[in-house]
Amino acid sequence: MNTTMKTSNITGERIKKYLEQGKRFDGRKLDEFREISIETGVSKNAEGSARVKIGNTEVLVGVKMNTSEPYPDSPDKGNLMVTAELLPLSSPRFENGPPKFPAIEMGRVIDRAIRESKLIDVEKLCIKKGEKVWTVFIDIYSINDDGNLFDAAEIGALVALKNTKIPKYDEKEDKVLFGELTDKKIPLSKNTPISITAHKIGNNFIVDPTLEEEDISETRVTIGSSNGIISSMQKGNLCALKTEEMSKILDLIDKTYTEVFKKIEKHLK
Amino acid sequence: MVKEIKRKSGRKADEMRPISAKVGIIPNADGSAMYKSGETIAIAAVYGPKKMHPQHSQNPAKGTLRCTYSMLSFSVTDRIRPGPNRRSTEISKIIEWALDPVVMLDNYPNMVVDVHIHMTQADAGTRCAGINAAAMALAHAGIPMKNMVSSIAAGKLDKTVVLDLDKYEDSDFEEGEGSTDIPMSFTDDGKLTHIQVDGYISKEQLKQAIEMAKKASGKIYEVQEKALKEIEK
Amino acid sequence: MSERKIVIPGEVIASGDDLLLGEGTEKRGKDIVALRFGLAEESNKLVKVIPLSGTYQPRRGNIVIGKVENITLNGWVISIGAPENAFLSLMEVPRYVNKDGLDEVMDIGDMLVAKIWAINKRGTDLSVKSRGLGKIEEGLILKVNPNKVPRIIGKEGSMIKMIKDNTNCNITVGQNGLIWIKGDKVEDELYAKKAILFVAKKSFVSGLTDEVEKWFGKNGRKK
Repeated sequence: MNTTMKTSNITGERIKKYLEQGKRFDGRKLDEFREISIETGVSKNAEGSARVKIGNTEVLVGVKMNTSEPYPDSPDKGNLMVTAELLPLSSPRFENGPPKFPAIEMGRVIDRAIRESKLIDVEKLCIKKGEKVWTVFIDIYSINDDGNLFDAAEIGALVALKNTKIPKYDEKEDKVLFGELTDKKIPLSKNTPISITAHKIGNNFIVDPTLEEEDISETRVTIGSSNGIISSMQKGNLCALKTEEMSKILDLIDKTYTEVFKKIEKHLK
Repeated sequence: MVKEIKRKSGRKADEMRPISAKVGIIPNADGSAMYKSGETIAIAAVYGPKKMHPQHSQNPAKGTLRCTYSMLSFSVTDRIRPGPNRRSTEISKIIEWALDPVVMLDNYPNMVVDVHIHMTQADAGTRCAGINAAAMALAHAGIPMKNMVSSIAAGKLDKTVVLDLDKYEDSDFEEGEGSTDIPMSFTDDGKLTHIQVDGYISKEQLKQAIEMAKKASGKIYEVQEKALKEIEK
Repeated sequence: MSERKIVIPGEVIASGDDLLLGEGTEKRGKDIVALRFGLAEESNKLVKVIPLSGTYQPRRGNIVIGKVENITLNGWVISIGAPENAFLSLMEVPRYVNKDGLDEVMDIGDMLVAKIWAINKRGTDLSVKSRGLGKIEEGLILKVNPNKVPRIIGKEGSMIKMIKDNTNCNITVGQNGLIWIKGDKVEDELYAKKAILFVAKKSFVSGLTDEVEKWFGKNGRKK
C-alpha cells in the first residue's frame, strides 16, 4: 500500500548492504524469481488472454486479430502490433493521459521479444498475398505494479498467444466474424521467448526486482531469449556496464531462463 | 396484459444475471474492488484524497471526485483502440454524477479522489458494473460517504419491461418494438443518482422499469455489503 | 451493541435518543448512521466508526516519519504520506542552521522522525525539537496501512515492546504508518519487519497478542 513515496536512501543502503551478503529482503536468492501465477482465458471476448502475477505484480494481456493489407515490404506476411498501457489504476505513480515513455518502451521491447524470436509464423497469417493478411494485436495492461512489469508482461504475451484461436473469416464478404472463433490456433513456432530483466544494484546483479529494488537499480538489461538463442535486448537507465559485467548478466539470464521456463511450462502447451 | 417475452437466456423478466463482488483486489490502491455481472467484469481502484494537479483544477471549497472509465481493448469482440474516446468520456462523467451525491468531500479543499474504472470483459451493462465496483472501492478507501450506490439497468424487449439487458438483448434484439436500455443508479435509501434511456418506452412502462430496477438495486447492495465486510477475513 | 462490527456507509449502527455521535457518524431520525466504512464501536453511549482503511489524516501532536522532498529558503518540504506535504521550518530544528547549509542538515531523500506541532490553512507544520526526533541515519523504513498503527503499538505499547524484545531492534512507529527499524544486524531488522507485517495482516484477530507470541515461537530465532 502507498507506493507513492520512492524508496528512501537509508532503505536503499540496507538493500545494497544485504545484497553484498548475497541476500535479499524477501529471502530470495539474487537469481530467484518470485512465485509466478498464471490464468488463461481471463477475457472471453479476446482471441487469447492471460493474467500473470509475479508476487504482487499483476498484468492482463489480451490478443485480438483482424484482417488488413500487408506492408508493401512483406506482402505475404501477417502483422504484429504490441501496445502496453501503464494504468493509473495500478500505481499512484502512473498518471492519466497519453502514453508516456515507460509504456511506449515496454510495448516496443516486448514487440521485439515476440517478433524477433519468430514465435509467430507470420507467413501462415497471409490470406491473399499482397492484399489481405491477419494482424495480431497484443495489448498489455498493468493491474498492480510491485516491480518487474516488463517480464510479467512478456510472459503474459507469450502465454496469451499460446491460447489464441483465430476468429472466423468470411472470405466472400471479406469480413471477420468477431466473437466467433475457429478451432484453429494461431500458427506458432516451437520457440518460447521469455524476457528476463537483470538489474545492477551496487556490485550485484539481480532478477525480478520488487518495486523497492527497482527504485534503487542503477541499470537494467532486458533480454529476450529462447533456448539459449538471444533475439532481443534493451539496456535501460544511465549507469555504464563493463563488458565483464555484461557477460555476467548473460550467464545470469541463461540460468534464470531455465527456472522461469519450469515455472510457466504447463501454460505453454 | 401483454404476453411476457421469452428471453434467450431463459431469465425471467425481472431476473438479473448472477452477480459477485470482491474488495481489495489491487494492493497498491487506497481502495479497490471487482464487480461481475454475468459475463461483464469491472475493476475499480481509488487513489486519494490527494492534492489536485494541475493547480487550476483545484476547488478551494471542497474536494473533487474524478472518475475515469475505460474498456480494455480486448474486453469486447471488436477490438477498441486503447485510450479515451467519446463514449468513455461521457460514461466517466455519468459515473461521477452517479457517485458524487453520496461522497462527502467538504473537508478536502483543493484535493481530488481519483477513481479508475476498467472493464476487463464486457457483455452489456458496463457502466452499471463500473458504478458498483467504484462505490465499493470508494467505501474501501475510507472516503466519507452518506450512502452506498447500487446500479442496474432495466429495459424493455418488444413490449415487456425486463431487468438487466445482456449483450444480445441490448444490441441484437429486433422483434416488435425492439430493445430499450435504461441504466439507473440508486442510493441505498432509494434515491436515483443516475438514469438514462436509450430506446422507445411509454411513461407508464418507464415508471414500472424504475420500480423494477429499484427493487433489484437492493440485491446488489447486499452483494456489495457482503464483499466489503469480508475484507478482513 | 456490545461488540465491534464492520459497517458500511449509510448503515444504521444503533438507535436511540440517549446515544452520542462520535466520529464517522450522523443522526437520521432516531438512527445513528455510519458515514464511512470501518469498525463501529459503542462505549459510554458514544457511537463512532474506527477507520479500517484510507490515507493518513494528520493530527496535531502525532509523531510521524517523513521524507525530505524539497529544500526551500527557510526549511524542508516533507512527504508524510498524507494528502499534502508537511513543512519543517529551520526555526524548528534544535540548533542553529546556516541558511546556505540546509542540505548539510538534511538532504533530499533523507528520512526523519518529526512531530506535528500545528495544522492550519497553510498546511502541516513539523518540529524536530524534542528528544528522539530528527534525521534518521541508518536502518530500515517500512510502510503499513496507517489504520493498523494502534494494533502495532498495542495497549500501552505492549505489542511493539514484544516485537522489540524478540528482535533486539529499536523501533519507532510513525502515526502515518511509516516505521523505522534499527538493529545491529540486517537480519534482525528484517525479522522485526516480518513480525510487524504479521501484526498488520492479523490486526483484525481478537487475542492478537497470543497470536504474535505463537508466531515468535514458530519463527523464533535466537536472541
